[in-house]
Amino acid sequence: MFRAYLKTVFVALIFIAFSQANAEEPTQDHDAHDTTVDGADYGEGDAVNTKDEVSAFIQHHLQDSHYFTLFEKAEDHFFVSLPLPVLLWDDGLQAFSASKFHHGETVAEHNGNYYKLYHGKIYKTDAAGTITYDEDHHPTQAKPFDFSITKNVVVALLVSLIMFFLFKGLAKQYKTRSIPKGIGRVLEPLVIYVRDEIAKPNVGEKKYRKFMGFLLTVFFFIWIANLLGLTPLGTNLTGNIAVTVGLALLTYLITTFSANKDYWKHIFWMPGVHWIMKIFFIPIELVGTLTKPFALLVRLYANITAGHVVLFTLLGAITVAKTDLSIGTGASIGYGVFYFVLAVFITLIELLVAFLQAYIFTLLSALFIGMAVADHDHEHEHDEEGHEIADVEDVRERFV
Amino acid sequence: MYNLIGAGLIAIGAGIGLGQIGGKAMEAIARQPEAAGKIQTAMIIIAALLEGFAFAALLLGK
Repeated sequence: MFRAYLKTVFVALIFIAFSQANAEEPTQDHDAHDTTVDGADYGEGDAVNTKDEVSAFIQHHLQDSHYFTLFEKAEDHFFVSLPLPVLLWDDGLQAFSASKFHHGETVAEHNGNYYKLYHGKIYKTDAAGTITYDEDHHPTQAKPFDFSITKNVVVALLVSLIMFFLFKGLAKQYKTRSIPKGIGRVLEPLVIYVRDEIAKPNVGEKKYRKFMGFLLTVFFFIWIANLLGLTPLGTNLTGNIAVTVGLALLTYLITTFSANKDYWKHIFWMPGVHWIMKIFFIPIELVGTLTKPFALLVRLYANITAGHVVLFTLLGAITVAKTDLSIGTGASIGYGVFYFVLAVFITLIELLVAFLQAYIFTLLSALFIGMAVADHDHEHEHDEEGHEIADVEDVRERFV
Repeated sequence: MYNLIGAGLIAIGAGIGLGQIGGKAMEAIARQPEAAGKIQTAMIIIAALLEGFAFAALLLGK
């Protein structure tokens, strides 16, 4: 009863926050900002009709933002969005709300410095907010070091919060009951699945317990973040390369710091080969330790980005069919229905991909950790040239 | 222009590779249905490794 009440209050608070943010936005004269930018500059907010506008929309969606936007219509200065805190390092910490930018329409003044939001990046400008360009059409203004709480940071915190509440409830239930109820009945088989199908076979029966925390966290974090990306919230957390770099870096650090003597021996002095080959193997193996997490991060980033791009392209094709092809109403309705059905199917595939990518990231992390901690229980016999003599047990193990 | 041709080549290569992996795994499962679980896991790992290289190539060519 009390929890249901809390939920209502939480939803109401979010709604109020967004509507407040909307009410703060002043309507301003359009001539205040520079005229060199086309209509696509405000990104998701504008009417999306042509091919260029569709690709600008997709580019904007894939980028991080200083606003958590639900709806916008930039032409009419209508925004339903939450301005997020801006943290800059520019002669000390500068902290202010992104609402000062008014979605890039005005120059933000803070502690005597002027900042302008231009194509999602913050530049230090003069009071008028002029942006000058070099020959490559890149702004020449200085960019202060920006470590703001951006949309992706908020989504990451949101995912962490969701995970905290889901698993706090699950963990608490084991004190009083042997079988969890409610959402816990969905989560428990997944936890056991990660343990029995991912951790135990790949890390090893004896050592898997130490790494269960990381594997479970990374599995559910990626899965929930992928699923949030399919909701109309319009988040794109795992499709951001910085986020996947962070995740892969954790795998790399855990692999490196929990590696045993055998692992390093196989990198720096590969047993069982000629000494010339041993020297050859050192750089190859060292690069190998880096390519493993690199493949991890690129796979997740590229898969999720590709999914979002395909989905938006299909939906954008509806409007492009209407405006660019200048066909009749009946035909454009036909196009719309066709692409919509296609988009629904792609969404269903993306649901599968969301789980599959979380599974693969966890599986490969477990595999890499397993390689680093595997101990060779029995020493192999070596012949006079140092080659390993595989015994029957080994060969049998490999196939059974 | 050239990077589009490259992307096409990557798609062809990755397609051949995935086809090989999937086809061989199907054959193996048909031969030994009781080992289906293990074969599937191995198949997914190799498919994921291949996908990683394909995506890396696509990103480098962008």
